[in-house]
Amino acid sequence: MELLVASGIGILTAAGLYLVMRLRTFPVIIGTALLTYAVNVFLFASGRLVVGAPPILMESASDYTDPLPQALVLTAIVISFGMTAVVVVIALGAYLGSGDDHVDDQDGALDTVRKLENVNR
Amino acid sequence: MSHWTVVPVVLPAMLAAFLLLATRHHLSMQRILSVAGSVALWAVALGLFLRASSGEIDLYQLGDWQAPFGIVLVADRLSTLMLLLTATLAFFVLLHAIGTGWDGRGRHFHALFHFQIMGITGAFLTGDLFNLFVFFEVLLIASYGLMIHSGGTRRTQAGTQYVLYNLLGSTLFLFALGTIYAETGTLNMADLAERVTQIDLSQSAGIRVAAVLLVIVFAIKAAIAPVHFWLPSSYAEAPGPVAALFAIMTKVGAYSIIRIYTLVFPPDLEVTSGLLDVWLLPLALVGLTVGMIGVLGASRLDRLVAFSVIGSMGMLTVAVALFTTQGITAGLYYIVHSTFATAALFLIVDLVVRHRHGAGAELQAVRPVPGAPILAAMFFAAAIAMTGLPPLSGFVGKLLILDASFDSPLVVWTWAVILSTSLVAVVGFARAGSTVFWKAAQGGEAAEARADDPTTQQDNVESKPSSHPETQNALPLVAIGGLIGLIVLHTIFAGPVNRTLAATAEQLFAPETYIATVLTTDGKEIHHKAKHGEANLVSQEGRASDDGHEGEAEAGEGH
Repeated sequence: MELLVASGIGILTAAGLYLVMRLRTFPVIIGTALLTYAVNVFLFASGRLVVGAPPILMESASDYTDPLPQALVLTAIVISFGMTAVVVVIALGAYLGSGDDHVDDQDGALDTVRKLENVNR
Repeated sequence: MSHWTVVPVVLPAMLAAFLLLATRHHLSMQRILSVAGSVALWAVALGLFLRASSGEIDLYQLGDWQAPFGIVLVADRLSTLMLLLTATLAFFVLLHAIGTGWDGRGRHFHALFHFQIMGITGAFLTGDLFNLFVFFEVLLIASYGLMIHSGGTRRTQAGTQYVLYNLLGSTLFLFALGTIYAETGTLNMADLAERVTQIDLSQSAGIRVAAVLLVIVFAIKAAIAPVHFWLPSSYAEAPGPVAALFAIMTKVGAYSIIRIYTLVFPPDLEVTSGLLDVWLLPLALVGLTVGMIGVLGASRLDRLVAFSVIGSMGMLTVAVALFTTQGITAGLYYIVHSTFATAALFLIVDLVVRHRHGAGAELQAVRPVPGAPILAAMFFAAAIAMTGLPPLSGFVGKLLILDASFDSPLVVWTWAVILSTSLVAVVGFARAGSTVFWKAAQGGEAAEARADDPTTQQDNVESKPSSHPETQNALPLVAIGGLIGLIVLHTIFAGPVNRTLAATAEQLFAPETYIATVLTTDGKEIHHKAKHGEANLVSQEGRASDDGHEGEAEAGEGH
């Protein structure tokens, strides 16, 4: 199971990083989403992988699974979900405004926009 | 334990929610409440600061649960100093935003502003690493809203980049936290500090990775080279007051570095030796160089100031990277100074941009800026402070940093880089100032002569009030004047300030009190013993179902 989880995290991270480096908003957002999935699984695994044990520490329980990473991962999921929603809206706004979906700061592109804005004024 | 410690987090949160729910359609009401809230926050921060300045460490256990199981807020000298700095900056920035009407150009400025303050104060107060992550996210998500406040294509584009960069930073933070938790089994900073000392040297790989990941995250926030690329366009495109508020946001990164790398991974800790103590100082020098060269090369006024932020963060990191009492003292002095100086510069640039006709922030000589003498004087003063020329606090800060770096092995490099970049920055700012304020006057006259229109003068007078009705408002000037006044005070009272900061640094390098306060203060007791009969019952059932699950899982893997 360790191998499965570890390689899952690895593949998700690699795919996410590859997509992030595409520098167009759509792949980059998908890439960050994959990265957050990877980190969520990673956080979950940080409390050690235990199957079928209760998340409660008791004197008589022979085995237990760490409840804290589960709480952490819930928080992380909520936050990353919210952040992804925000970035989708902002990226869409930028794309509709400029007709360009490049993520990087293209000075030339920015200058063109600026000139257009000045002309409109 | 007094409840005052949690007020700097709760007050802005409640206020922001109230502004959002009750006064969303009443701008003037929002303004009144917002300013009142920030004054109240300032008073609380001052109270906490004065209480912490006796050397006492205030602990607040949320829900009364004992650390390390519960989350704690810790108000020591450093935290309360940063709180006071935040509250002071927020007040002046708010004045500027109201005076220039920025808050009315989009929706929910005040609510977002206070949510951001909440995130910042929380990050300064928390004693738990995961909680630090949560507060980082709070301040970031509010900053996304503020960054694209009032919209515009360029701003949204820069905003996309900013959000994505920080999203990646947050992911990295989570990876670091996961690694730390896997290695130590705790995320409470004080508890962590004890546990990392027990890690065996031969098994230190995991914790070393975590320490490096964490510092990368904080370096992204603090815009230290080589992860500073997000800063120039984000800060330059953000609305003026927002960029000024962001001056404290980079300091959150610096604060986190100071906190974590004096408390959890102190410089004399063996398992993480050879990481930060070797790499941070050269990177800080690179950041300083990049920033100041950027100042010289910038073609726009707002980008120039943004690059000076990178430069000043580099300078600050040089001081921090020494990891000595003297170095941290100098760094703290520089934190206070550079927060006020960058905020003042961003606010001045905002005024300049709105008063220049058409040219925006471009470094070109156009028609003179109305109210130029006052603005020019303020720009001059803030630029002197920023570049570290005498007599303002930038000079004192730089002197302290130079002095502190004497014992460092890289002293020659440090001195050479700091002094030469200062020159570069002076040239950059002088060029910008003279283009905008001096050449503007000549260029303006020439333009008027060319236009050959006797009524130009009259036109000018008439067009000003109509196109910029806010021009009459003195509030922005008061805000900038206040910030510059604080810089002057920071210079005049450098002696007493330094003694306080030295005490702060000493407290940081003797973390035993902090750790003891957090870990030994009693809270609610945590029972993990169930009643015997019940426990047996539960465990039997649990075991039965365990076996079943395990069987299933194995079968699943078999497939």
